[in-house]
Parts: sequence; C-alpha cells; structure tokens
Amino acid sequence: MTDPRTLSPLDLDTPDKTYLDANELVINMGPQHPATHGVLRVILRLDGEKVLGLECVIGYLHRGVEKIAENRTYTMFNPYVDRMDYVAAVSNGLGYCEAVEKLLSVEAPPRAQYIRVILTELNRIASHQLWLGTHALDIGAITPLFYTFRDREEILKIFEKYCGARLTTHAFRIGGLQYEAYDGFEKDVRNFVKFVRPKIDEYEELLTTNRIWLERTKGVGVISGKDCIALGVTGPVLRASGVKWDLRKAQPYANYKNFDFEIPVGLNGDTYDRYIVRMQEFRQSLRIIEQAVEGIPEGPIMAKVPKVMKPPVGEIYHSIEAPKGELGYFIVSDGSTQPYRVRVRPPSFVNLQALDLMCRNQLVADVIAVIGTLDIVLGEVDR
Amino acid sequence: MHDLINYITSYFGSNLTPGAAGNFFWATVYILLVFVGLSIAVIAMNWLERKILAHMQVRLGPMRVGPHGLLQPIADAIKLLLKEDIIPAEADQLVFWIAPFIVVLAAFTVFVVVPFGPTSAITDMNIGILFMLGVSSLSVLGIVTAGWASNSHYPLIGALRSSAQMVSYEVAMGLAVVSAILMTSLHGLGFYGVAASGDTGTLSMIEIVNAQMEQQTWFIFKFFPLGLIAFTIFAIAMVAETNRAPFDLPEAESELTAGFHTEYSGFRWSLFFLAEYSAMIAVSSIAVTLWLGGWLRPFPNALAGRTWDVIFSFFPGLTFLALGAITFYNVARMPRHPLFRIQTMGLAGFGAVLGLIGVVLLIPEISSHVQNVFWFSAKVAAFMYLYIWYRGTFPRYRFDQLMKVGWKVLLPTGLVLLILTAGVGMRDEIWDLLQRVTHS
Amino acid sequence: MNPIVAQNPPVATPFFFYLLAAAMIIGGILVITRKNAVHSALALITALLAQAGLYLMLYAPFVAAVQILLYAGGIMVLFLFVIMLISIERTMKERQFNSQWLIGIVAAAALGGLFITVFTKGKSLFPDGHFTYAESGNTQAVADLLYGPHTGMYMFSFEIASLLLLVAIIGAVVMAKKRI
Repeated sequence: MTDPRTLSPLDLDTPDKTYLDANELVINMGPQHPATHGVLRVILRLDGEKVLGLECVIGYLHRGVEKIAENRTYTMFNPYVDRMDYVAAVSNGLGYCEAVEKLLSVEAPPRAQYIRVILTELNRIASHQLWLGTHALDIGAITPLFYTFRDREEILKIFEKYCGARLTTHAFRIGGLQYEAYDGFEKDVRNFVKFVRPKIDEYEELLTTNRIWLERTKGVGVISGKDCIALGVTGPVLRASGVKWDLRKAQPYANYKNFDFEIPVGLNGDTYDRYIVRMQEFRQSLRIIEQAVEGIPEGPIMAKVPKVMKPPVGEIYHSIEAPKGELGYFIVSDGSTQPYRVRVRPPSFVNLQALDLMCRNQLVADVIAVIGTLDIVLGEVDR
Repeated sequence: MHDLINYITSYFGSNLTPGAAGNFFWATVYILLVFVGLSIAVIAMNWLERKILAHMQVRLGPMRVGPHGLLQPIADAIKLLLKEDIIPAEADQLVFWIAPFIVVLAAFTVFVVVPFGPTSAITDMNIGILFMLGVSSLSVLGIVTAGWASNSHYPLIGALRSSAQMVSYEVAMGLAVVSAILMTSLHGLGFYGVAASGDTGTLSMIEIVNAQMEQQTWFIFKFFPLGLIAFTIFAIAMVAETNRAPFDLPEAESELTAGFHTEYSGFRWSLFFLAEYSAMIAVSSIAVTLWLGGWLRPFPNALAGRTWDVIFSFFPGLTFLALGAITFYNVARMPRHPLFRIQTMGLAGFGAVLGLIGVVLLIPEISSHVQNVFWFSAKVAAFMYLYIWYRGTFPRYRFDQLMKVGWKVLLPTGLVLLILTAGVGMRDEIWDLLQRVTHS
Repeated sequence: MNPIVAQNPPVATPFFFYLLAAAMIIGGILVITRKNAVHSALALITALLAQAGLYLMLYAPFVAAVQILLYAGGIMVLFLFVIMLISIERTMKERQFNSQWLIGIVAAAALGGLFITVFTKGKSLFPDGHFTYAESGNTQAVADLLYGPHTGMYMFSFEIASLLLLVAIIGAVVMAKKRI
C-alpha cells in the first residue's frame, strides 16, 4: 500500500508546477450540492476537468443511531433503524428484526414471513425507482425522475394502507408483524405488479438504448469484482462486476429459498452494467412478489415473544440483502433488556469507499454519475 | 412639422426595410416592435416551456398564479426584479456588473438583421448573416467574464466549459452556414430547385430568402441530401451554441450547480435568462432563414396564384382562433367553484383576446401584412418546441464527448459537405474543365 | 444602388469618427495600464469593436464583420480563456513596466514624427481622389480582389499567410503541451 498521505487530494504541491500551471484546482462538492444525494461532501482535486483524486467527508447527518441503541430496549430501538436508509426503511426493519429474532432463537411464523417478503421486495422496487430517477437526473435526463416517482407513489400507498406510514414504516416487529394485512392487500399488490411492469419498460425505453445515456454510462466508474470484494462492496455494484453474490440466495433469510428468482449479473462493472442489473432486479423483485402473493399461507402473524425481551448473553451478526447491498446488524447482548452494542454494517457506507477508486482519472461529470450509480443514502452512511 | 410628417409617410409603399431606406423614424419603431415582441416571446416561452415540459413529465406545471399559471412568468419577473442584488464580496465588481449586459446586448443586437418579412426587418445588411454570427459570438465574452468575475470555482469551470463549447461549435455552425450561402449562387439540380438567376451569391438575410423563392426550393431540400445534412449540422450546433440540453454543460445543474451564473441573482440573473432565450430565438431565426425559407409560406411556387394566396392568408387568423377555442374548452373544464370564478373569468378573457386577434387577422388587409411574420414565427416556434422536447428527452453529454461530437463528427462532416456542395453546384464547370484537360 | 441612400448621406460622420477613435484610444491606453489582465482584455475588446465601427464608416462592412467575428468573438475569447486561469494575486504584484526608457522614447518619437508628417503633408503624399464606396457589394469586391479571375492578385499571398498561421498554431501546440 502506498502512503495514504500521497493519495490525499489536498496535496497540491507537485514539483513541476509553473506560473501558468494553475489548472489544478481543489473543489468542494457538497455538503450542499444538487447531486451529492444529501449532505455528502466530496473534495475533488482536478486537473482541468480530470479528477486526480477525491476524498469523501462524511458525518453531516450523523445522529448516533448505534449509540442510541444502547439506551433503548430491543423493541424501542426498532423504529430508529428506519431512519438510516430512509428510502428502504422496510429492509432495515427486516434486518434488525431478524437479527434480534436470531438472538432470541425465535422465528416469525410463515404468514408473517410471506408478508415481510412482499413488503421488502416492494421496498426494493421503491428504492431502485428512487435511485433510477435521481441517477438519471444527475446525468441530465430529467424526465425519468417524474415517471419513477409517479409509480413509487403506488408502493407508498400500499405501505400507507398497511401500516399508516409511507416512508419510515416501522412495518415489522420482533417475532413477526404487528398488523394483519388489510383487506384487499393481495389485490392491491397484484394490481401493482400488473401496473408497474409496463412502466419499467417505459423507463428502459427512455434510457437503455439512448446514445447519450450509453456514452455517459459505458466504461464509466469501472470497478472489477476483485476490487469490489477487497473493498467490501456489495449489492448491485458487486453483481454488476460479475460476482454472483446475493444474500437472498447465498444465505437465504426470511423464506427466500421458497421463491424462484435469478440473480442478474453484469460483465464490465461499469455504470451501464449497474444500471442494467438494477433494471433486471426490478423484474426479479416483481417475480418474487407474484410468487409470494400467490402463496401467502393462513396462520398467526406473531411468534411467541416475551413482552420484556432479555436475550441470552451473546452476540449475533445477521445480514440481509438490502436494495443497496449487504445490510448487517451485529448485536451484542449482555442479558439485559437493552443491547450492549449494536453495530450496523451499512451498504452505502461501505460502497462509498469505492468512490475514489472508481473516479480516478475520470471527469467531473463522471463523479456525479458514479455517486448516482453507487446509490448511497447519507442517512445510512452517517447513521 | 410638415416635413416630419412627410418624412414619416415617405416610407409607406417602400419595398425596402427602414434601415436600408435610411428612415430613422421607422427604424426606431421597428426596433421597439422587435424588442417588445421579443420580450413577449421570451415571457411566453417561459410559460410554454414549463407547461410543455410538465406535461411531458406527467405533471401539471404552474397552476396557481392565474388560470393554468398564465401569470406565472409575470410573477417571476416581479420576484426577480424585487430581489436583493447580491454581488459577492470577492467578486470583481466592475466585470461582474458588465457581464450580463454584454450577453443581453449581443443577444438582442442580432435581431437587427433578422428578416421577419421582405420589408419587416430593421435593416438589410449586405453582410447580414456574418453580422449575426459575429454579434452572437460576442455573447460568449459575457459568459466567460461572468464566470471569472464571480471569483468562485463552479462559475469558473462553467465559464471555461461554455467558452470552449461555444467556440468549438461556432466552427461547425459556420461551415454549415457557408454551404447554405453557396447555395444562393449555385444552380439547382433536377427537381430540387431551378437555376439561380444571378451569378453572385449573397450574405444578406433578405436576399437569401429571396434566393430560395427564386430557386423554388427551401435550401434544406436543395442538392438533396446535402442541404438536409447542412441543416442537421446547424440544428445540432445551435443547441450547443445556446447552451441548452443536451449540451447544457456550462450550467449543468447536477455538476456545477448553476454554472457561470451561480453567483448571480435577481435582476442580473434574469438578464442571463432573457439573453439565453432570445439567443435561442435568434439562432432558430438563422436556421429558418437559411434553410426553411424564412417568411415564405409553404409552397409559394407550386401552389401559386390568387386562390392559394387567399387560402394561406387565412392561416394566421385561424391559428389564433384555434388557440382561442382551446382556451374556451379549458374554460369549460375549470372547476365550478366560487373560488375559481375569477380564474375562470380571466381564462375566458384570455381566450376572448386570442379569438379577437384571430378575427382581426382574418381581415384581408391586415393578414396580407402580417402573414410573413406569422409564417416566420411559426417556423421559429417549431424550433422552440424542439428545444423543449430535447430537454425533456435527453441526458446530458459529458464534456469530452461534447468536444468529440463537435470536432470529430460535425466539423469533418461540415467540411466534406462544403466541398460536395461546391462540387455539385459547379458540376458544369468541372465537367468542362475535365473535358478540356482530356482533349489537350 | 438605391436612390434613398444617395439622398441621405451618412449623418454625423465626424461625430461617430471621433467617438469611435476616442473609444479606441482609451481602450488602448487601458490595455497597457490595467494591472488586472482580464480588465486589459476587456479594454482590448472595446478597442477592437471600435475599430470594427471605423471599418463600417469606411464602407467596408465585410471587414468589420470579420473583425468582430474573428478578433472580438474568437481570438479574445481564447485570450480570456488563458488569462482567467492566471492567478490574479500574483499578476497584481508583478512590475508592470520595464525600465527601457531610452528605447521607448525613441520609438514613440519616431512614431509621433511619422504621424505629424502624415498629418501636415498628407495632401501631397497621397494621391487626390474620390473614394467610390460599394457598400452593397463589399463582400463581392473583397472576394474578387482575392480570388477573382482577372483581379485576383492577392490569392497567393493570402494562401501563404493562412499557411503561416497554421504553422504558428502547430508550433504553439508543440511548445505549450508538455506531453502530446
């Protein structure tokens, strides 16, 4: 490894700098910038338009979620996880609930599992839709944003009908579900699947074969599968680099092993492949939802969980495939009602590490494209 | 006094533009007319762009200020004028102050030679098209200085991008224009146009349109497909020249926040806005003049004659009547609610005004005078719609790709096109020369 | 060409001449006295535009248009492009005039003498004659002079000049670029 200081973008004193050689400049992108998806601050060192290096400054949205966990009971902490990746709150909840369930050695009943899968996959679609809209907006196509938000609205409506909240849903409880699926839930979901399928084709129509889109995304922000694994990058970014790794298949949680779906994989690991992978994931998610909604069993929705949870002393790591990658919860229990320590492995945070590698020697415009394609949510990065 | 009236009335019946006739009174009137018309066009364009873009994006766009947001541009203008005028402390005060005026001045001066009709132009210059290109190339100075004077990184990068972009695309644009100018003097080929009457070409905007009339073809169809290719090059270059999507890198919102005018606000910002839209209208006017027959109505030669003239003279009035009808259709669709009464009445009033204009334009005496301006504006309006359409459809080019398109695609194509145009136009002479060479 | 133009001779020609000349001179002085290079460039643009105006007054609209298109719109943009990137703080500290007073005075005196000579003896130095302006055919006249079948005597020198410029461009690129 080279000395990290030599990699710093702020290190400006190059030996061959002359009087006219003022074309190297340091730019602060963010924390208030239209395309950094929140409050990410990127310090760019540029040679004209070429990126010589960059450094991410994070923490502007730090709320100490992990520390809060130590002062809350297991149940009380549940809503907090929704605030991390607020565009995929359901997935956060699923990961946390399953981790605590594992710690308690209980398992949610099958009916709850099915509804969980439906809601989580719906949330994956919503998250990807938001990604697509903002990513396309960053690259300059303004129209897809409105299309995706129009369709995402239908998902949020289902959430709202189910639990009353649209964004930070707090949909799941440790041990199962709080609420039974409302009347007509299955019909709504079926209608949604029917509704959204042509819409996904519509998004693709605007972008997939668009020459400018191809030029802007092909060969941009390339990262190899090896580098991904070295950096711990997961999710669609890893899969687009050709690594067939999806926790839903690799370590099936919930009841994903009951469903028939494929893992879309890319080849080149560039922005276009990541786009294609996510577009395929839309369809795979719809497939899962279709199967799940057909097979929802009857039965209870809540396992037997004590009112006051005191998990046995021990530690547990449980991870799920969130829309953005591997979302893991590491929980240490000291036997009391409150966790001793909760550590979240947020996919956005880990994926963001790859930004520097992916942006080197690319242009400023590519940094924007790469930030978009990494699909980060700053709430999750900073926690 | 009598002399003055004589001076004013002496222009009537002249078949020259006021500038060429040397009549300062009418030149001033025309300048004011163009200025007012342009300002109205920019305001209308502001509203239309929002509405059209919104409907492309399954939204409604402005709906609150006035019926269907019709008063939104006015509200915006008031807001911009009343805003605090901020000049950053570290900015170069003088240059920061001058820059927007350079841009506006360049954008508006161009309209001196735009021919809205055979006599409806402020003046007709021998170097019309050169003047237009020259003056519009000055606007880049304003953009560059604006970016530099802000003394901030994003505006500087925006200014660098825009200057590089505008200078590069001017070259391709110039080549396309030259090929159109060549066509004014070259002989037509077969179905696509007849021989030019004179031997000399022209740079005058009015004469270019007259040449299309004489040669009985729009230059877009002349030497098919050469004219079409030249037009395409120009149509691409002009979008880049005006910094609009998909070539809107200088103000790429997601990268540079707002590019060269990041530090500008209020009135100064609105000047940039005004300049951008009038520049769009200006380059569209060039395209219309050079390739789409300027003020000529469709088929002035094939469908010539008194009857057709009368039929086509109905178009301006009918267009406005149709717009009025659409407005009244929307009046009928307004919510029946007391709160909406004023809005409904306002919309009905607007429709009535449109209808009234339509009726007035149906009067033969008036329509014969306004026709040319109408056809010219209609063609320009088509380009304006294209601008909005591009913006709704395309992602943004990256800077190197933009340069690649400009220098490696458009420029060589333009060069080859120029040579081909000259070759096809001079085919008889070349043939003669070849025969003489082979005989000797 | 048309009678109305002939009836209306250009008004206030001396007024416009002095206006433009003054703009040019002030612009020229500002170019060399401003410490800020961008201000100098803007002054130079003013001077160039005023010069274009003078060309117009000489009934040479084509030359005026080319002046605007190439100098003000093209070359000056490239100037600004380079100047913008120079650190202003450093240029402000640089000494602006060098101290070769002697050569400067000699050169200025020579130029001034030339001007005075021309001004006082201009009538006898230059042939008397009426200038026939051809505003409407200016572009064609220029083209004829350059490329015309009978009068095109400047074609060779014109082409040579363009070739020279090309060489200069390539030379500049070779010298300025660190790695090609």
